[in-house]
Parts: sequence; structure tokens; C-alpha cells
Amino acid sequence: MAEGHASPNYWLIWLYLFILTATEIAVIFTPIVRLLVVIALVSLALAKVTLVAAYFMHLRFEVRTLSLIALTPLFLGAVLIFILIPDHSAVPHKTADSVKVAPAAGHR
Amino acid sequence: MSQVATMHPGTEPAESPLTPESSGKLGMWIFLAGDAMGFGTLLCGYGAVRYGSADWPNPYQHLGINLTAFMTFLLICSSVTMVKGLEGVKNGKRGTAQIYLLLTVIGGVGFLGLQAFEWTKLINEGLKVFGNPWGASLFGSTFFIITGFHGMHVTGGVIYLSVMLALVSKSTTALGTGWTYNVVEISGLYWHFVDLVWIMVFTFIYLL
Repeated sequence: MAEGHASPNYWLIWLYLFILTATEIAVIFTPIVRLLVVIALVSLALAKVTLVAAYFMHLRFEVRTLSLIALTPLFLGAVLIFILIPDHSAVPHKTADSVKVAPAAGHR
Repeated sequence: MSQVATMHPGTEPAESPLTPESSGKLGMWIFLAGDAMGFGTLLCGYGAVRYGSADWPNPYQHLGINLTAFMTFLLICSSVTMVKGLEGVKNGKRGTAQIYLLLTVIGGVGFLGLQAFEWTKLINEGLKVFGNPWGASLFGSTFFIITGFHGMHVTGGVIYLSVMLALVSKSTTALGTGWTYNVVEISGLYWHFVDLVWIMVFTFIYLL
């Protein structure tokens, strides 16, 4: 059970999360290829999620069953993305469905 | 070996999450997995409509990254105070547990206050559910639905943790790794999940 383990250094985890968040902000202002920005941001987000789940939610110290339950939505989310890919491929053009709204007076 | 494990020899002894003392935790994890699928579906839908749009606005140019980065920082801090509060319960230190749980609740309330401020500012700038001055109309729809859904979770979490704070404060029995620890740990799982989801929302809605 989770209470049987020695407590991890939570402040160190906090520091890692802080550094990863700061890195995310830095990445969006870095002049690199868009694809690399996407890969970097998704990787950083997954690293943060892993830290929160493993240490704050104690998954690292729990039985594997709980980790499998936690991974299920990630797996199904990946399946959903693959299901949507054919729809994207079937649409030959992007739609400009914008509805322009005038900014309120005194703003922007 | 637990009673359940004794009754079912195929079950892992003592470590099984199906033991009576951890059934609440198992229930919360199953709930969170279902909830994660809800958020996952919303984010996948967001990706689909954004990909299909020719004039999707650049989010970080319009949504105020500095404020939301601070909101992210606030939620991360509240996750740390949550685990420190749980540690206080585990070690039988009622005062420590109360202070950290209170700080967690304050972190949640602060997040909601900042979200209300952010929404008000963006609405005044022209971001509406059905349109905005910058591009695709669904930009506003997806923004309000996803951040609103998360905000409702934070609201639920603040209420949940307030109840836990009252429980720890009014509990007449000694703290430790018993029932009180169990219920506070389960509430902590919910709170960390809210933080975890925000990490994804922050990345996909604000940064990408």
C-alpha cells in the first residue's frame, strides 16, 4: 500500500515541475520548426503528468493494477486520435468558419 | 493477508487494490480514469476542429500566457501542499495537516479567482462562445467549454478538500495511517488529477 513507502522529496518534484513549465514557456518563443515545437511541448507535458501521477498520486509506490487503470484513458485517447485521422485526410480543404465579432469599445 | 485475498486465492495477497481498506482508492482511480476519458475526448475534439480550420488564432498571442503560467504554478504548489498535508495526517501532526490542507484550498480558490479574472478580460476583448475578433468561431467555443469544465472540477475539489479539512480538524481519534489517512489520500488523488488535467489543458489550449 502507498503509506508503506518512504515519502519522496516533494519539493524536488515541485522544482522539476517548475523547471519543466518554464521550459514550456521558453519553447513557444524559440524560433524553431513548428513540428519541433509541438513535439517538445507534448513531451514536456507528458513528463509533467508522469511526475504528478508517479509521485504526488503515489502510482510509483502502488500495485500495478492502479497504473494500468490510469493508463487506460491514455491508450483510448491515442486510439481516438487514430480514428480521427481518416476524417482529416478525407477533407480536401480547411474551412474558414470564422465569425468576426467587433472588439468591445475601450479594449484592444 | 486480507480477508478478500483469503477468500480468493488467485488475488495478490495484501497488495491487491481489491482489499476492503483500499476499495475507496480503487473506486477513485476508476472514476478518474472515466473523467480522464471525458477530458481526453474534449481535447481530441479540440484538435479535430482546430486542424480543420483555416484561420485558427494563435492562442498564446490572445490568451495571456503570463497569467495562465502563474495559474499553472499555483496548481502545482497546491499539489505539493496537498501531499504535505497528507504527510501531516500520516505522521499524526494535526496542526501541520490543517495548515497544508488550508493552503491547498486557498490555492484552489486563488486559481478560480484568476480564472474568473481571465474570462472577464477575454470576454471584454471580444472572445465569445460563438465568435471572436481573431479568427475561427470555434476558438471561443472550445476555450470556454474545456477551461470551464476544468474550472468546475476545481470548484468541486475546493468543496471536497474543505470537507476533508473539517474532518481532520474535528476528528476525535488520533491521526495516522488509518481511516482518516485513507479518505484524505483519496481526496488528494482527485486534487492531483485536477492539476494533471490542467497541465494538458495549459499545453494544448494555451501553448500549442
